[in-house]
Amino acid sequence: MRAAIVVFPGSNRDGDVARALRLAGAEVVKVWHTDTALPAGTDLAVLPGGFSYGDYLRCGAIAGRAAAMDAVRDHAARGGLVLGICNGFQILCESGLLPGVLMRNVDRRFICHRQMLRVERADTRFTSAYAKGQVIDVCVAHGEGNYFADPETISRLEGEGRVAFRYADAAGELTVDANRNGSLNSIAGIYSEKLNVLGMMPHPENFVEGLIGGVDGRGLFESLAA
Amino acid sequence: MKARIIVTLKTGVLDPQGKAIEAALSSFGISGIEGVRQGKVFDVEIADTDPASAEAILKSACEKLLANTVVENYEIEIV
Repeated sequence: MRAAIVVFPGSNRDGDVARALRLAGAEVVKVWHTDTALPAGTDLAVLPGGFSYGDYLRCGAIAGRAAAMDAVRDHAARGGLVLGICNGFQILCESGLLPGVLMRNVDRRFICHRQMLRVERADTRFTSAYAKGQVIDVCVAHGEGNYFADPETISRLEGEGRVAFRYADAAGELTVDANRNGSLNSIAGIYSEKLNVLGMMPHPENFVEGLIGGVDGRGLFESLAA
Repeated sequence: MKARIIVTLKTGVLDPQGKAIEAALSSFGISGIEGVRQGKVFDVEIADTDPASAEAILKSACEKLLANTVVENYEIEIV
């Protein structure tokens, strides 16, 4: 597995996701946002968390139109894997690689806490190390994570099984309390039509080592590196 | 030539910031306000002096970057 992490001005989780990928056995290189191509042999393009361009205009709006995103778009069109975490998910939505938009959290607060997620399917390149319905303990840290799309888009995502993760409680129930940012249908992450692009607000890269507090995020990187 | 672009949230899209402003206005004793929706204004200077081609440039600026048409509408005023 060769992963290319695209770094934008204001990205700040590129180091953590690189570490998580290397722990899972992937080879990792970083790509600057002005680069017009991904390195030859790239299997996975990663858009890390952070505050690209200071979240100016809208979160991910300017990064979504960066030169490197044309290369990511081509990579995705060829069936290459793309993972966007947090700001990376916002960038994927702004770039048109995923539908919908991440709006301001419903309670207007920046939220930063441990978060249980329900894994909606385990038959994708991102989740094969998990079980369907498994509840994993990861983290969230965002001010704009409130997933919104028009009703047709939501029903298409649901009908095609493109919801990757949902905010849940420890028992896997989709409660209002577990869905702190107010996302429609408790959506925490979604796939593209061909399941090769995943965008998610939570941070699996935070929990890959017991010393830090949890290891439930490992499964995602191990699935990718498998 | 100068233009003003106004970007607003589409009807039905939740606007937590607008709600917060609405609540703040009411807490400051400003009564009678029944709703607030927050938007953005861009004042743009354009080299082109032909209104039709200026409008075309601004439309592509809105579609490509200034508005997210999933949740936002935009209006262009040539001033």
